[in-house]
Amino acid sequence: MSTATKEPKVVVSERVKGERRLGLWLTAPSFVVMILVTAYPLAYAVVLSLFNYRLTDPGGREFVGLNNYWVILRDAVWWNDFMTTLIITVVTVAIELVIGFMFAYVMLRIIRGRGPLRTAILIPYGIVTVVSAFIWRYAFALDSGFVNQWFGLTDFNWFGDRWSALFVICLSEIWKTTPFISLLLLAGLVQVPEDMQEAAKVDGATAWQRLVKVTLPNMKAAIMVALLFRTLDAWRIFDNPFVMTRGANNTETISFLAYRQNVTLVNLGMGSAISVVLFLSVVAIAWVFVKGFKTDLSQVRGDS
Amino acid sequence: MKTSRWWTVAGVVIVAYSLFPLVWMLSLSMKPPSDIVSGEPQFLPTTWTFDNFKEVFSQSLFTRALINSIGISLIATLLAVIVAMFAAYAIARLEFRGKRLLLSLALAIAMFPQAALVGPLFNMWRGIGIYDTWLGLIIPYLTFALPLSIWTMSAFFRQIPWEMEQAAQVDGATAWQAFRKVIVPLAAPGVFTTAILTFFFCWNDFLFAISLTSTDAARTVPAALAFFQGASQFESPVPYIMAAAVVVTIPVVILVLAFQRRIVAGLTSGAVKG
Repeated sequence: MSTATKEPKVVVSERVKGERRLGLWLTAPSFVVMILVTAYPLAYAVVLSLFNYRLTDPGGREFVGLNNYWVILRDAVWWNDFMTTLIITVVTVAIELVIGFMFAYVMLRIIRGRGPLRTAILIPYGIVTVVSAFIWRYAFALDSGFVNQWFGLTDFNWFGDRWSALFVICLSEIWKTTPFISLLLLAGLVQVPEDMQEAAKVDGATAWQRLVKVTLPNMKAAIMVALLFRTLDAWRIFDNPFVMTRGANNTETISFLAYRQNVTLVNLGMGSAISVVLFLSVVAIAWVFVKGFKTDLSQVRGDS
Repeated sequence: MKTSRWWTVAGVVIVAYSLFPLVWMLSLSMKPPSDIVSGEPQFLPTTWTFDNFKEVFSQSLFTRALINSIGISLIATLLAVIVAMFAAYAIARLEFRGKRLLLSLALAIAMFPQAALVGPLFNMWRGIGIYDTWLGLIIPYLTFALPLSIWTMSAFFRQIPWEMEQAAQVDGATAWQAFRKVIVPLAAPGVFTTAILTFFFCWNDFLFAISLTSTDAARTVPAALAFFQGASQFESPVPYIMAAAVVVTIPVVILVLAFQRRIVAGLTSGAVKG
């Protein structure tokens, strides 16, 4: 690329032109689908968010400017859901990173039973999130669950309180998504050169020192990518709170709020404003990762 | 020797972690509804029964949803794989402007908060008449499966020794023979693995399924689970829901058992390495 800029005017051959044209034709369907189904509705949401518009009262539609945003940002419900989402994200991602790393390390080192281990760990990854949510909900529910009997909690109602309900929601989320993060970390772990480990060992480094000084720095890219993906995934959490509590006891998340305003209450003006704010929050998180934490996304994108 | 045994023990712990909730799901699905009472519910059923499965399959709410889930997921997967195959070929083999743009767009879509779209899509789909239809779900599934499909397949396609196509032609094969006998067998595993991951993605969706459907015309199983009732209103729906959950988990378990190696390769190559 750098050489091309110096030369006066490179004559582009027919072959290169043909290759460029073919490349555009082959990728056109992907471009069209992805843009049409996301950018257009998002733009539509931006427009709707400037109106006071309920589907139940189409005649009462009126332009209100940024008022919907102003209402949201002063509303206790929004900040409550924001905090719930933030708590779930921080707790699940932190725990998943630690457990996921341990899982990845076991998958790397294990000799006997490597195949069965990988098969087993893929089951939570592949299972439907709603199914996972029901499994854990019924394990803790008063009328069906074994947890209270096993731990001698008699009639403690897990879903009757914000924090215990969030505990079960986080548990289901962690169980289901740790395998994914551990596979991403495993991919990073196998790239750490074995001879560096050996050299550190010879120099008398303890296992802990080798982990912190050799292994982790060498897989920083994989860790950051796994963190970014899981953080954004957790930030969008919807299925688990829906199945477990339907948002009761202050367990509603931002995605849930967007769903409730748009689909349940058909309050499209306000709902669209929430959609836009949700979108902006995701952009902000990605920006912090890329600019603040210097996450290298070229590997994810697959730039050669 | 001693340390390798400890790794095996750790492996057993992870297997238990992964499978224990499945055992619980199976146990619940085989409990008689009378086992679900406030009192002291136990882990295992008092009597084992398959009646819940019979009941679930006799309700059109579930059978319709199962057909919808299978049909919508398979069609969306097929479309995503075809569209992504063209893009992945171009990314792996050609130099053209727009390559980076496409990969960046895919990244943006993968991070996109889908809940931000349910409102506008709900409204638009009702406007153009595809609300509560298969097509209304296939379109968003196709869109959000594309990034995963494109990454996974282009990662596989990069590893294909494409020169072999020319080598075969030098040896006297026609262009079509070279493609069919050399390239197709080399590319097929990557395409197939991508299809599995894409299918998991479509099979899993809940948000679009409950937002863009209202009847059993297009409602998929994850959405139907949330509406499931017992055989009568005095009975707990729990064992029925779990029986239905077991049914939708079976395809996942079969695919994982049969293609473990491929899925791991697909997840690790597509998502992290280029």
